[in-house]
Amino acid sequence: MSSESGMTSARTWLGVQPRARGGTFLNQLRSFAVAAWLGWQIESNWADVFLFAVYSVTKPIAGAAILVIMYSVITRGDFDSPLFAYIYLGNAFYTYVGSVMGGISWTIIDDRERYKMLKYVYVSPIRPPVYLIGRGVARFLAGTMSVLVTIVAGVLFLHLPLVLGDVNWPMFLAALGVGVAMLAMLGLLLAGVVMLTAHHMFLIGEAVAGALFLFSGAVFPLDVLPAWLRPIGFAMPLTYWLELLRRSLVQGVAQAYPTLSRFSDAQLFGILIALTALFTVVALVVFRWCDHQARERGLIDRVSNY
Amino acid sequence: MATASRAGPRSVLETKRMGARAGLGVSLRVFLQTVAARAYPRLVAQQRERSWMFFDVFLPMIGVSAYVFVYRAIGAPEAYVGFVVIGGAMTAFWMNVLWAMSSQLYWEKEQGNLALYIMSPASLMGILLGMALGGMTATTLRAVAIMLLGGLIFHVPFAVVSVPALLGTFVLAMAALYGMGMMTASLFLLFGREAWHLSNLAQEPVYLLSGFYFPVKTLNFWVALAASMIPLTLGLDALRQLVFPAGAAFGFLSVTIELGILAGLAVVFLIGSHFLLQHMERVAIREGRITESRR
Repeated sequence: MSSESGMTSARTWLGVQPRARGGTFLNQLRSFAVAAWLGWQIESNWADVFLFAVYSVTKPIAGAAILVIMYSVITRGDFDSPLFAYIYLGNAFYTYVGSVMGGISWTIIDDRERYKMLKYVYVSPIRPPVYLIGRGVARFLAGTMSVLVTIVAGVLFLHLPLVLGDVNWPMFLAALGVGVAMLAMLGLLLAGVVMLTAHHMFLIGEAVAGALFLFSGAVFPLDVLPAWLRPIGFAMPLTYWLELLRRSLVQGVAQAYPTLSRFSDAQLFGILIALTALFTVVALVVFRWCDHQARERGLIDRVSNY
Repeated sequence: MATASRAGPRSVLETKRMGARAGLGVSLRVFLQTVAARAYPRLVAQQRERSWMFFDVFLPMIGVSAYVFVYRAIGAPEAYVGFVVIGGAMTAFWMNVLWAMSSQLYWEKEQGNLALYIMSPASLMGILLGMALGGMTATTLRAVAIMLLGGLIFHVPFAVVSVPALLGTFVLAMAALYGMGMMTASLFLLFGREAWHLSNLAQEPVYLLSGFYFPVKTLNFWVALAASMIPLTLGLDALRQLVFPAGAAFGFLSVTIELGILAGLAVVFLIGSHFLLQHMERVAIREGRITESRR
């Protein structure tokens, strides 16, 4: 790809020629919907509906079961403790990290290496971020199914103290919405980085998801981490997101651990929104830069065969 | 087209039979060369991209650390920390068997190598054995690194009861595990794009059933017994009994019985893989699955 055409592509991507790039809102919405449909077909049409449903819930249920067994062995089945709700809900909602964040960044690998379609996506009149986020919708839906099944199983079989009438629904829905948007932005950021890498593309998403799992206090209170590692957890939006979800669903979880108990719900929301805004800006800038680099260096159609 | 597909398998199988008629010495030499040739890239690949070594140790360490902190949050005895570390180290082998053994023939098909394997005088058994030996060697290094690192970070008190028993357990567990990998690899000959999903599906459930992060004895006896079909279940249980002072108290069966079962599984899986591979190869050739690419 020549430098001139690369510049043109970058300008187009930036929206200087919105019409040529399908830049109207309606067109973008259409691109988003088609990408979401395509993502759903790729995710689900390798099996019949029943097998796909079993596949979608088996992994998260097994992951939750590992934690449940670990917990029940040590506490002799004390499922009424707030710690159980803390661990169980944190693990359940962490499913979204893999499905939304991982799903969006994985699209680059899938489309470039496996289906070899990324170059065609790039020459079509759609904006790559819109397409990528659209592709993440399918995994979001599958993730939602897993989260629901995991939580219902917890309520039915493990005395998870979740009472629908006591749930703070506005806070839950608002936190979920902000959190999913934040994860989509993190996914976009990773997608940009993956676009520039060949040998480590499979590992980047896993490494980031693993690090977030460890440092965000998803399955244990941050106080358990060594003191010098805790600031990493406090800098992550995921920490506040999971705390808000837990607080909105189960009363008393927040008060059980000192880590974030000094923050009110409004303060947690404020921090979450501020960090989400920050990560959104960073994600857009990084993706834009990576996208430009990938065009300039001819990496859009690179196939590494790894 | 139909004629060609009927003629194809015959000619390929005839070629293989010609190889077999070449004499035992030649066949054995070709087999050993195949094993060495397929093990070689597995070992060399470790040197080509050294940063992978870092990720291969770093990623399981993240999971190990998270589970250790969960145990610490719920006030578990320190023995459980050791169980998690050794379980985390053994995940490397399961991942290797799953992604680089069982589903390997599917990847080879996707990249167009499988047809070349089938046409060549090399046996698929030799190719899989080479992959197993190369993969096992490389994975052992990672597993040892995870154990040492986990031991150092979390102060795990290793106390080996018997080194020969430990080595024997490890060898038997690996023979059975990679034998199972070779057997399941033949099934993947028939899979299309569902192969990726099936491999993906076999991670967490196996971590759960095999007791990677808790003693398998914790499960219901019959569930644990059924899970013993996966060699890592008993291998891991025996290793824990031999490596930790408190391990025997958490053991599912005695080490001697577990070693006996592992030896039986190794024999069954290796023989089973030989016959299943031959059968699946014939089926795959007949049904034209060797070169198909359903994405």
